[in-house]
Amino acid sequence: MSTSAPPPPPPPLSPRPRTAGLNCPKCGAAISLRSFGQAITVVCGGCHSILDAKDPNLAILQQFEAITSVAKPLIPLGARGKLRGTDYEVTGFQRRSIQVDGISYTWQEYVLFNPYKGIRYLSEYNGHWNDISICKTLPTADFGGATYLGENYKHFQSAEANTDFVLGEFPWQVRVGEKAAVTDYVHPPRVLASEKLDKEVTWSIGEYMYGREIWDSFKLPGDPPKAWGVYENQPSTVATNVTGVWVAFAGFAVFLLVLMAVFDMHAKKAPVFNHTYQFNRAEAKNEPSFVSDEFELTGGTATVEVKSYAAVDNHWIYLNYALINQDSGQAWDFGREVSYYHGYDSDGSWHEGKQADDVTIPSVPAGHYYLRIEPEVDPSLATISYTVDVIRDVPVLGIYGIAFVALLLPALLISWRAYTFERSRWSESDHPPVQMSSSSGDDE
Amino acid sequence: MSQPVANCPNCGAKIVFRWSSSVQTVCDYCKSILVRTDVDLKKVGQVADLPPDSSPIQINTEGKYANKSFVVVGRILYEYDQGGWNEWHVMMNDGTSAWLSDAQSEYALSSSSKPLNLPAASQVQVGQQFTWNNQRYTVSVITPAHYRGVEGELPFQYWDKTDVTFADLRTESRKFATLDYSDPEPALYLGEFVEFDDLKLKNLRNFEGW
Repeated sequence: MSTSAPPPPPPPLSPRPRTAGLNCPKCGAAISLRSFGQAITVVCGGCHSILDAKDPNLAILQQFEAITSVAKPLIPLGARGKLRGTDYEVTGFQRRSIQVDGISYTWQEYVLFNPYKGIRYLSEYNGHWNDISICKTLPTADFGGATYLGENYKHFQSAEANTDFVLGEFPWQVRVGEKAAVTDYVHPPRVLASEKLDKEVTWSIGEYMYGREIWDSFKLPGDPPKAWGVYENQPSTVATNVTGVWVAFAGFAVFLLVLMAVFDMHAKKAPVFNHTYQFNRAEAKNEPSFVSDEFELTGGTATVEVKSYAAVDNHWIYLNYALINQDSGQAWDFGREVSYYHGYDSDGSWHEGKQADDVTIPSVPAGHYYLRIEPEVDPSLATISYTVDVIRDVPVLGIYGIAFVALLLPALLISWRAYTFERSRWSESDHPPVQMSSSSGDDE
Repeated sequence: MSQPVANCPNCGAKIVFRWSSSVQTVCDYCKSILVRTDVDLKKVGQVADLPPDSSPIQINTEGKYANKSFVVVGRILYEYDQGGWNEWHVMMNDGTSAWLSDAQSEYALSSSSKPLNLPAASQVQVGQQFTWNNQRYTVSVITPAHYRGVEGELPFQYWDKTDVTFADLRTESRKFATLDYSDPEPALYLGEFVEFDDLKLKNLRNFEGW
């Protein structure tokens, strides 16, 4: 554009938007139009006449009775708040309801207006809020779902929404008693909704908001109503990504296995002592305990495994051990039972216990050692032989098991919580999950 | 950019055409509708005062679209049973013209397209699909409207028209099309929805209290 161009003539003053000075033709109450020319219908707060906002005389379009009680908006008409960086004023309010299995569910919708950005909406149901705007591009819907801006939404519910109560201004021809076919598709935290009235279908996209955010935006006093249950597009309270948790778990499990293999490979597993003893009750009476031959534990501080074996057959034998360092006198006391029982009963054959036992003692320094052994034997046995093995430096596998469980438990807990949250969400939909008692399978 | 200057045949006020291809304009002072002839301007009518309007856009509002700046030079105000909307005639800085529509603060930019074999008004139905420039469009709504008023410069004579039928066509993207049946020969406009913030509009109207 040429910069030398003369300035254009000043435009004539455009007519000022109407903001006040109107009265309800029915009851005379003052009507103010907050959304200027965008209001198509305006509802008189005094007598609930629905008026034609386009008509300078505000022709009465419909008069409705507030059937049960006059609904009071949680955010008063005229309140202003900042939403996504833009100031909006509440200009309209309506209560709508759907009937499901004879039960009426009602929710509230607020019309918000900014003279530059236009109209958007807030909805509230049981303390759950959504920030809603009209879709600028057309979603595609098919059986079970819809696609909008490349994202897939699952069908949640189809119902017929009735307009029960209206207040303020609406950018469309609002009527009480009007029924629209509404279908909700969810992709938390978003909800995609189609609304069919006569032949026209309007698509809107909503994003979940918490009552606290609304209260802060509009600087409302007190606390927002408590949110009950799980709403269709409420983001899961299980903030953690469940798949991610399991990927991390799998990673740690592999790490544990590698660690286990490495330690197992590096463990010497050196046999240092082996002896078979004969228990004789008559001799044991005089001398209940005895000491083994001396053996040497080499290397640094490491584990020692003590294996006990006895050919018990519906008997038990209990061995009181003390591993004693000959040089320092330091002792590790422990007792091991070897017992094996088996037989038949009404359920068939059974067995319990084993003929072998092993135990690992951690952190035993190198040095010269011996075992003090005091056997106690099933009274029905007069003699029995038993074998004691001592092995130096064995890997400790138990800690891996503990680590595994310690990782598994939170992963299971998170998965369970996520699962129960989704169950609550979908139990309110047209596709409730099957009852847990009927089968182990789920809906999806 | 040429800026032909003439005088209003009715009141003598200076008439400046900001867009060289403008066919019609409205005198800012006496509201005469003026049509350009080869030699001078001819008064063909008079516009009534435009009704109160909520559009934040006005003549001389400037903005940017597709890396081109534009200025609003004219306007048509339409009405239908659900309200009204504005088609702002904008002049791009490359000399082309386009339409910035503002329907209850839903903004869209479109320009005239001339494919062959456009469907007649009687042939168009909601749900029908058409393909232009390799883009498929679906008829979403057919709106009977009427022309409520004009302001500023327009690329055609639009002073004697009253009723008009529009077919709106949507796509799965932001693109849309409009079939305009105000003339015997249908006209097609192709465009896309735009965000208010992306237009970087200046010289907007001021709203008291906002």
